[in-house]
Amino acid sequence: MNALKRVAGILWIIAGPLAIYYLVRTAIDEINKKPVIDTKIQWAVFIIVFIPIAIGIIIFGIYALKGEYDHLPGSSEDITD
Amino acid sequence: MIQPANEVQSIRKIIMASSVGTLIEWYDFYIFGSLAPVIAGQFFPKTNPTAALLSTLATFAAGFIVRPFGALVFGRLGDLIGRKYTFLLTLIIMGSSTFAIGLVPGYQTIGFAAPIIILVLRLLQGLALGGEYGGAATYVAEHAPPNRRGFFTSWIQTTATLGLFLSLGIILIARHSLDADRTRSIAKFEDWGWRIPFLVSIFLVVVSVYIRLRMKESPLYAKLKTEGKTSVNPLKESFTHRSNLKMVLLALFGATMGQGVVWYTGQFYAQSFIENVCKVDFEQSRTILLWAILFATPFFVVFGNWSDKIGRKWIMLVGMFLAIITYRPLFGKLYSIADEKNKTEVVDEKQISTAIKPIVNTGNSLRKIGTTHFFDDGTLLMETRTDTLYAEAGKITDKPDVKISKLLPANGYWLMVGIIFIMILYVTMVYGPIAAFLVELFPTKIRYTSMSLPYHIGNGIFGGLTPFIALLLTTIYTGDKLVGLYYSIIVAGLCFLVGLLYLRNKIDPNVND
Repeated sequence: MNALKRVAGILWIIAGPLAIYYLVRTAIDEINKKPVIDTKIQWAVFIIVFIPIAIGIIIFGIYALKGEYDHLPGSSEDITD
Repeated sequence: MIQPANEVQSIRKIIMASSVGTLIEWYDFYIFGSLAPVIAGQFFPKTNPTAALLSTLATFAAGFIVRPFGALVFGRLGDLIGRKYTFLLTLIIMGSSTFAIGLVPGYQTIGFAAPIIILVLRLLQGLALGGEYGGAATYVAEHAPPNRRGFFTSWIQTTATLGLFLSLGIILIARHSLDADRTRSIAKFEDWGWRIPFLVSIFLVVVSVYIRLRMKESPLYAKLKTEGKTSVNPLKESFTHRSNLKMVLLALFGATMGQGVVWYTGQFYAQSFIENVCKVDFEQSRTILLWAILFATPFFVVFGNWSDKIGRKWIMLVGMFLAIITYRPLFGKLYSIADEKNKTEVVDEKQISTAIKPIVNTGNSLRKIGTTHFFDDGTLLMETRTDTLYAEAGKITDKPDVKISKLLPANGYWLMVGIIFIMILYVTMVYGPIAAFLVELFPTKIRYTSMSLPYHIGNGIFGGLTPFIALLLTTIYTGDKLVGLYYSIIVAGLCFLVGLLYLRNKIDPNVND
């Protein structure tokens, strides 16, 4: 199970940049299709909000790949840093 | 384990005091969304009603986006100065902002200042809500015995849905109480009566503040404070310490993200779908949701209680999985119930009425043609076509405004109630046990900060943006009426996989650590 958790980490690392690419590409297409202020604001909001979350999933993937989730802490005493 | 009677009574008081405040905060937050089309007309005057609605939804969405910041600000305060005073503060901010929205003059009176003030107040609402939930859930969980934590916190979990119920109910009552004549009452509501649900909030908040002032600090937090073990910098501890950050990320990607989209798809998006896509009448679309909420709400407590026996993980994941595989057929069924193509029109009964009103000082007139179609199953379809009759010869309205509204017969109505009940049942599965799950994931000294952030990113951003993103997807991919659901299905699917792989099902016996 721990091996699977680590391998899946690669998927989450890839998912982050893919999500950012899809988001930015759709935003550019939609703004070009309808270059009004409403469209620009709405897509700017999506990019500002979702890019940090996509970075979060990359970090999650890195932790998973490193085996940080092999054992979850049961109490504060298990937290070492 | 049998608890002493006074302990049971004390925890009931704690749940009551926490839940009432949280319920009011959700009510305050949702009346804005429930009144989006009316607010669009008052504060975002555009010639295109869809654009105006989108502007309102954007303002509505701003309230969701700011929630994680509220979680950080008030979560930090909650871990530094205590749970009790922090969520008292959030309640006051929320109540004042909601009351103030009810007082802001419309665009026609103060111009652009109106939408800007509304946006600022909406942001304050979002900040306050961001601080409220984590505090209430933490407060109740820290009072609850280990073997009943899921059960006791599930009462807090009912408040979001009941807040929505209360907001819809008060809006419907206000809409019909302003005049003996129904049409005039609705017109008055859209003119000034929409302010009533916002103004009513102040009374609810005063009562709730009074109740909360009588509460004591959480015993676990009070103990930490006495021992001098509270966190000096909870934000730093939560997000720069690898061990805590990895749990924050796990909570977000393995639980709250999926829970958020399931919550908003089953309730907000479902209501928006039956009103705007199925074209079901304003009132029917809301009463359908009200009945479904009423029947499903007890299941928050059922699943919260059950999670004390079998663990939190599998109940949440099964709820998510059922949502992923059944959303398309369920929404497809909602659409087909209202679709007139599946019905036979009784052509002889068709009624047409025309009203022409002169437009002052122009020589032009406004024409309204109302057509009522009757169908064999009892469905009524009302079409109102509005255009301008110009005095100038040969000039015609390019695009008449066409509004369609359907009144469903009893069997179609109750079938819709049943389908939405199923979707809210999924909500109760993912949401009922999640407060206990989050509380058990983080240590006491950084709990308020650490659990609030993933909850509000998951519920506020992923969930809150669901109706907005779903509507947007239908404008990009116009061929499929159910395309908006892909957002919820993909987010819930990703969360299900992460939860399946990385979450554990163990109930933490000791949250005093």
